[in-house]
Amino acid sequence: MTVLSLRGIAKSYGGNTILKSITFEAEAGEFIALVGPSGCGKSTLLRIVAGLDHADHGDIAIAGRDVSRVPAADRNIAMVFQSYALYPHLTAGQNIAVPLAMRRLTAMQRLPLLGSLLPGQRQICADIQRQVDEMASSLKIDHLLGRKPGQMSGGQRQRVALARAMVRRPSVFLMDEPLSNLDANLRVHARGEIVDLHRRAGVPTLYVTHDQSEALSMADRVAVMIGGNLLQLADPREIYDNPAHIEVARFLGQPKINVLETRMDASGVVRFGGLVLAGENRSAAETPVMVGVRPEFVRVRADNGGMLRARVERMEFLGSEVIVHTRLDAIGGAVTIKSTPSEAASLSTGMPVGVDVTPERVMLFGRDGERLAAKPIGMMTVLETANG
Amino acid sequence: MASVATVDRFAIEPAAREARVAWLLALPAIVLLFLFILLPTLAVIVLGFTDFELGYAGFRFVGFENYAELVSDRTFLRSLWNTAVYTIIVAPASIILALAIAMLIEAETRGRAFFRTVYFLPVASLLVAMATVWQFLFHPTIGPVNAFLATFGIAGPNWLGASGTVLYGLAIIGVWQSVGFNMVLFLAGLTAIPRELYAAAQIDGAKSWFDRFRLVTWPMLGPTTLFVTTISVINSVKVFETVKTLTEGGPNKASEVLLFTIYQEGFVYLRVGYASAMTVVFLAILVALMFLQYRVLDRKVHYA
Amino acid sequence: MITTSLSMGRVARLTVLSLGALIFLAPYIFMISTAGKAQSEIFSSSLSLIPQQWSYIENFSKALSRVSMSTLFINGVIVCALIFVVQVVVAIPCAYAMAKLRFQAARTMMLLVMIGLLVPIHATALPLYVAFDRLSVLNSYLALVAPFSISVFAIFLFLQFFRAIPDDLIQAARLDGMSEAGIVVRVVVPNAWPAITAFAIFSVVAHWNDLFWPLIVVTNQDYATPPLGLLYFRAAEAGDDYGALMAATLIITLPLVTAFLLAQKRFVEGITMTGLKG
Repeated sequence: MTVLSLRGIAKSYGGNTILKSITFEAEAGEFIALVGPSGCGKSTLLRIVAGLDHADHGDIAIAGRDVSRVPAADRNIAMVFQSYALYPHLTAGQNIAVPLAMRRLTAMQRLPLLGSLLPGQRQICADIQRQVDEMASSLKIDHLLGRKPGQMSGGQRQRVALARAMVRRPSVFLMDEPLSNLDANLRVHARGEIVDLHRRAGVPTLYVTHDQSEALSMADRVAVMIGGNLLQLADPREIYDNPAHIEVARFLGQPKINVLETRMDASGVVRFGGLVLAGENRSAAETPVMVGVRPEFVRVRADNGGMLRARVERMEFLGSEVIVHTRLDAIGGAVTIKSTPSEAASLSTGMPVGVDVTPERVMLFGRDGERLAAKPIGMMTVLETANG
Repeated sequence: MASVATVDRFAIEPAAREARVAWLLALPAIVLLFLFILLPTLAVIVLGFTDFELGYAGFRFVGFENYAELVSDRTFLRSLWNTAVYTIIVAPASIILALAIAMLIEAETRGRAFFRTVYFLPVASLLVAMATVWQFLFHPTIGPVNAFLATFGIAGPNWLGASGTVLYGLAIIGVWQSVGFNMVLFLAGLTAIPRELYAAAQIDGAKSWFDRFRLVTWPMLGPTTLFVTTISVINSVKVFETVKTLTEGGPNKASEVLLFTIYQEGFVYLRVGYASAMTVVFLAILVALMFLQYRVLDRKVHYA
Repeated sequence: MITTSLSMGRVARLTVLSLGALIFLAPYIFMISTAGKAQSEIFSSSLSLIPQQWSYIENFSKALSRVSMSTLFINGVIVCALIFVVQVVVAIPCAYAMAKLRFQAARTMMLLVMIGLLVPIHATALPLYVAFDRLSVLNSYLALVAPFSISVFAIFLFLQFFRAIPDDLIQAARLDGMSEAGIVVRVVVPNAWPAITAFAIFSVVAHWNDLFWPLIVVTNQDYATPPLGLLYFRAAEAGDDYGALMAATLIITLPLVTAFLLAQKRFVEGITMTGLKG
């Protein structure tokens, strides 16, 4: 069942286009990560879904109801902010109670002193208190309820912010980089917790982050946004292994994917060193293309074999792996290789080496960055004297 | 033994030199501070226990005689009362108006600079001069204020000339003059509120303007409001310029205020000892107000 | 729906703001208008703004002939400039020593500064007046300036500003061989310009407008500052010659208001900064 659907959302600020017609849908219980470099429009998109900003064009529907013109308070969404946005003058317990009190108590009932005299107020307040306590114990923050945000650590604040968002079963959960203010250790731990909470609550979640590993590790589906465009929305494995666009391929993966420029002949054949790929050339003329291969699908060999000849420029020892930076002799492009310490043991800077790629893992991209279909039709070892 | 001493000497010397330089740099300030603030403050307290009068050679200590006289001095009591009334009108009015104007300006996208300039203009104007203009505005027969009221059929009072209205007239000038100052402080306070808090409030269900004000604006402005309140109260207690320029405490001592009474006693009648006792009372009021700010209210508005 | 209610709100907001602005500007409007009216006209039609007969020249020449405006302005400038320069020259080294150097008196100094912040000129005026009288320095620039030579507020403001200057910068200057005084002049002051301009605005506005102290120590027109001068002018006029009076107030208000209008951003920043730090 579709819980959230966006259709053609576009937004610009004073001539700057922030979002160019974003369309996608989220299913019940789904966790979608919106990921992209800063300034790609992901936070703006989240604010538009929340109702804090309004789109110039396009519609938003939540649970089948068009909410494009509905104010934030009536969209039944909850949001966790990057700075947590806890009210500093209220205790954790009071912070968690705010969304309930705002909805269940009338303006009169919320007045200090006078409110407590009105009929029904006591009953509702007790009910709210019970829900806050339940929420707190499920997040294990019972002991924090009496503290103010200023007296809590970053991790504790983040949990209180989560509790405030979850306490009133929203139909969509929005998170704007909720982990970016935590230190590295806590961040990895909190990832697991948020995924866990999401599974238990079953509320569809839009999660904005600039951290690709967060997106890949937490989400059911990852949406990569670059320059106001939604380039691809797919599950983490698919989006990593089969990026639809060179920018997606470049954005995901550490170290970055190797991209080398070459040409495709009129018949659709691409030759790169010893590698031969068959693609489809629609223009029927020689066109420039890009070949991409992730560092883990490249191997370095100390002998004179391999499809490409290269020279070691620099090595980074990272404990369980070694990143070898090489430069291709004939073509001049840089190739980064994820290697093992044992493989790299025999290498040294400046040394000529051979480079092999896993042919099935090589991807072809057109000049505009779009992915092109290609399959390897041959590979051969290039000899020392051969040209690329 | 000798080597230990050497090490010690090297360790102490830079610190001692630093302290000496520090003393040297601070010396002019320390000397002037004693000369023009601490010594005169002590002197005023001492003088308060004497019958010193300028022009007479000697003086003697009279204990609490001056204070005993103060308690039954109708002019002084009147001026305390008037100062209190003036403060109770001017401080809240200038704070509430300033906050309202600041919030209206903050919500507006255009014309912000213009409105800020207009409301701030009285702060940068010579008060003695503008008081003179107000005197004209308030003139019972030719003043525009009463002429304006007359177009609605209201017979305006003799604002600064009648004992029943003179304090209100002065209070209007006081509010007009101090709103701009408070407003810029509130504007700074409003800009410092994180936007995300308003977003959170919207999502938490604060639909109306008043809900957001109560949930975010008012609590977040706490420190600013406390500071503005303290400053406004102290400045109101220090009212002098308008009284001296426009009413000289009159009519019938209806606008006698604390500083004006001290000025009259001390610098016109030259009863320095007696005026010093009044000054000590004035100083005690200031200390009490500051104490109130720091001890009682400060805890409630800082959330860290 | 949303757009109409928004614009309704805006209309209401702008109306309130504009009406308020009109009330706040009213004294200036009537000042300018009345300064150009003849005596008879002032007494007949008080709500019309444009003078029927333009009497500006007459009123202004009256105002200028009775009080020497140039003396007032020169005195105002001299007094404010002297006060500001001395305050800064005294306060900056002291604040630097308290913020960046270790010496035992720093805590005591802080206490004294706090006490000093509480004590206005009104409280110290009596003993100072007696002392100045004994020293026969009343009616002089010295008497006008001396009590304000020390501004604990300036020390307090600069202290907070200097604490924010990184220690590394001071250490680097020391390694470069600068003396402490050299550091103050060549490192601290150039970094403290925002605080200095803010304080300048605060100090000049306060002392240009001050009536209390000049009223006490000056009885001689030659040393009168603008507020005092206006008081003399009013006393000399006595009657209801509002045309000339408004012309005089206009002349006397103009310099600071012009300065404010020219540099209003700095003014507001300065007042905000000094306000919030104090």
